[in-house]
Amino acid sequence: MAEKKIVDARGSFCPGPLMELIAAIKMVEIGDEIEVLSTDKGSAAEIPQWLKKVGHEHLGSREEAGVWHVDIRRTK
Amino acid sequence: MESNKISVIVLSDKREQLQMAAMIASVGAVSGNEVLVFLSMNAMRYFVKGADEQAPCEGPVGKLMEQKNVPPFKILFEQAVTLGDAKIYPCSMAMDVLGVEHGGLEDYIGEPMGLTMFLDECKGGQVWSF
Repeated sequence: MAEKKIVDARGSFCPGPLMELIAAIKMVEIGDEIEVLSTDKGSAAEIPQWLKKVGHEHLGSREEAGVWHVDIRRTK
Repeated sequence: MESNKISVIVLSDKREQLQMAAMIASVGAVSGNEVLVFLSMNAMRYFVKGADEQAPCEGPVGKLMEQKNVPPFKILFEQAVTLGDAKIYPCSMAMDVLGVEHGGLEDYIGEPMGLTMFLDECKGGQVWSF
């Protein structure tokens, strides 16, 4: 498995972080992990919903100093 | 994954309307839906190659979007195509009125479409109009 990829979408508003994540998913291998950094609260909620809909794995989310960290694994 | 057909009719030249249309098209497309965008009327001119005119705001949220890092609507429409396989069709009537050829539009815009075909294409799905 490759090193975890970081998608730094801080400062971007919805749906910017989601679209950046989707572009990143296309670039990694199945099984690889991605961490999205977002300062947009709406996106932090939207991304797990999108993952559930399309079937990638949501490994967890946490907020640190106003930045949401959303961890994802590409599953297909 | 459940898939639906979503048709988005884009007519307005106002920033808020264009932004919401682009958000529905892009998020809809990357969520596995079949997305069809029909561009016509005052919205068309923003998709002419080289067009750098800024869309006017309707209200305070549009002005805030200008100041903040909100993804531009044209980028979102392009991502709807490149990341989500959306199809964006220009209205053949509006192209005739504006005197624009297909090659004069942004590369991610599909072939011109008339209303007869569009009405047939959007049957049985959600239709959003902006």
